[in-house]
Amino acid sequence: MSGANLQPGLHRPSTPAAIVRAWAPVLGCLVLAIVMQLVVGPLLVRMGQDFAAKLLLDIGTNAILAVSLTMVNGFTGQFSIGHAAFMAVGGYVAAGITYYGSYRLFGSPDLAAGMLSTSTGAGSGLFTKGDGLFLGSIFAGGLVAAGCGYLVGLPSLRLKGDYLAIVTLGFGEIVRVLIQTQTTDTLYDPDTIAQTPAWELPKYLGGALGFSGLPSYTSLFWAWLFAALTILVAYRIKASTYGRAFLSIREDEIASEAMGVDTTRYKVRAFTISAFFAGCAGALFAHTVGVQLNAGELGFAKSFDIIIMVVLGGMGSISGAFFAAIILTILPELLRNVAEYRMVAYATALILMMLVRPEGLLGVREIWEKRTWRAIARIGRRGTP
Amino acid sequence: MTEKLIQTLMDGLAVGSLYALIALGYTMVYGILKFINFAHSDVFVLGAWMSYTVALCAGWPDGQPTHMATWVLLLLVGIAVAGGLVAGFTYWRRKRIAPAAYTLWLVSGWGWVAVLLVLLARLLHQNGFDIIAGGVILVCSMLTCGVVGFALERLAYKPLRNAPRLNVLITAIGVSLFLQNLGQLDWMFGTRPQGMPQLLPDKVLFNFAGTPGANPGEWLVQPVRVRLLDVIAAGTSIALMVGLDRLVFHSKLGRAMRAVSFSERNAALMGIPVDKVVSFTFVLGAMLAAAAGFLYSQKYPGLGQTAAAVWVLLGLKAFVAAVVGGIGNIRGAMLGGLLIGLAEMFVKAYQSPSVVDIYVFGILIAVLLVRPGGLLGKATVEKV
Repeated sequence: MSGANLQPGLHRPSTPAAIVRAWAPVLGCLVLAIVMQLVVGPLLVRMGQDFAAKLLLDIGTNAILAVSLTMVNGFTGQFSIGHAAFMAVGGYVAAGITYYGSYRLFGSPDLAAGMLSTSTGAGSGLFTKGDGLFLGSIFAGGLVAAGCGYLVGLPSLRLKGDYLAIVTLGFGEIVRVLIQTQTTDTLYDPDTIAQTPAWELPKYLGGALGFSGLPSYTSLFWAWLFAALTILVAYRIKASTYGRAFLSIREDEIASEAMGVDTTRYKVRAFTISAFFAGCAGALFAHTVGVQLNAGELGFAKSFDIIIMVVLGGMGSISGAFFAAIILTILPELLRNVAEYRMVAYATALILMMLVRPEGLLGVREIWEKRTWRAIARIGRRGTP
Repeated sequence: MTEKLIQTLMDGLAVGSLYALIALGYTMVYGILKFINFAHSDVFVLGAWMSYTVALCAGWPDGQPTHMATWVLLLLVGIAVAGGLVAGFTYWRRKRIAPAAYTLWLVSGWGWVAVLLVLLARLLHQNGFDIIAGGVILVCSMLTCGVVGFALERLAYKPLRNAPRLNVLITAIGVSLFLQNLGQLDWMFGTRPQGMPQLLPDKVLFNFAGTPGANPGEWLVQPVRVRLLDVIAAGTSIALMVGLDRLVFHSKLGRAMRAVSFSERNAALMGIPVDKVVSFTFVLGAMLAAAAGFLYSQKYPGLGQTAAAVWVLLGLKAFVAAVVGGIGNIRGAMLGGLLIGLAEMFVKAYQSPSVVDIYVFGILIAVLLVRPGGLLGKATVEKV
């Protein structure tokens, strides 16, 4: 589409150096994830900070959610309040694949994981069949969620602003109710599972009780690998033609349309990409230790949680969303003694933020941009922004 | 067969009229300020809880008054005292009483009227005039929610009057979360669901159609039952809606509201007090929502928590009703409310209660895709 408009001569040849430049950050993500899993995780456990390791895992998942929502709510300026639904779709698809897949492939739902997928990093082998199944399930979850994102994005052809927000909300509720009412109890008996045809298995995803007995594959490696990839993709999008188009829609839809931006197509793309990562986050969430996958918990309350992260961090700032995800994951644990006031405090923070600094902490700026630091220095000098 | 159809139709109208009441609040605010007041569904839940609290204070059996009552009284005293302080301070400094003092006194005085109403309801209840006492409680809960609506508009929305719409939307979500979680605190309503005392008698007024069995009270085909509670609920909502319609289309204030809705700036230039009109709209919407909350809690006495998904969802469905009818259009909200109520009851009766939400939100998406402005709404053309 965009490539077809370019004349052939305008393509840059792919020199080896360009290929390295393109793929080095991906390798960096992988290295970061491996370091998290094999160095930071065990170190925290040895220091007796098991809980910190668990928090680190949650931060990874939440960062994916917040950064992916930033692409829709921040870059493109649409307002989605059904992000948790994509998470639910991805989570359930992935959970179905690993749970029933493990029965079909390994005969039991136990972990068949390598070092990268066990919480202590003490599995056998680096990358096992179980890991492969999990990776595949994450992608499957992400892709199905992306399909849903495409469907939700389509109405943006006719609907704007508030109305689109309502449609995403309605979509979220429909997904929740569908999962809760159209599926029934999980199958536990290996023989029954082996005899049930594969196309009938999606009926048995736990229903209103939730999907229990899932293998806990999600480790620091997976969570941070996907968090880093999400941030990388978001950054690359923001710095590319796509990102400019997204931001232009956000700033002024009519003007950007006049400049030749196909607004509908870009909005649908934003929804699709964002939903893909939300689906991945859902898959990771489903396979976390101590989590019981339940569609009831992935309703609009969860969506609002993610929105709070995006809004507080800065509408359109990747690093802002990331830091907000970190803060808002740790904060509830610090506020455990006054847990019932936590949401009241969040809500107040949200209202005050809109009254005092509507663009969020970082606005559209990124922490690695020079102008952010200049602004901070200016605040330091003058005392006011 | 026909009996079931008629019964479902009547249930649908009864529930639909309640949805319409809530939807009106959404639609009026949208018509004037062009933003979705997400906190409206919470005002509805608050209305139900308020009437519960008031009923307990008025001496209905089972259960103790929540801590709310004490706090409300203290708050009223506090607001009155604060008003006095503001008035005194500004008079001392500038020889002029600031308008804020009048606002505070207004709120406080409003609250005291509510307290008097509670006492009146108590008196009526003790002397056996339960239905009248129920009406007094309804009025009282409407007044309290009216104050809440007023305060919300002044504190959260008014400073953002000229901000981008997205910011106002986020603020509305914030206010909604705030109300939900504030209501769950121990010193407010607590986290446990409560049973609403039966203030209005729920008896069958008369039956018609159906096939009677051999013994009296036995039916081969269930007849259509006309319940007193449904009649009261539908009657109250219809009365309120007719009143609102008169107010908006046949009064000076209503003309001001429509003018502000048409163009805030031009209305201000014509000498319409925009702030007052907007405040009034919020108060009116909150009062209608409170009435709906009261009637709903009478029809379905299990009172959920303020943040319970089911109760918030009720408000959302009313919102769907407003959008389906054409948001910003008052008669559209009434139509949408009835439509959603009917759809809900028909799905409940003929398919399964658990898939109701799918249909409701499905209708929403379908209507938005076919007629983005809603059934009675006008399609807007965006001009540069």
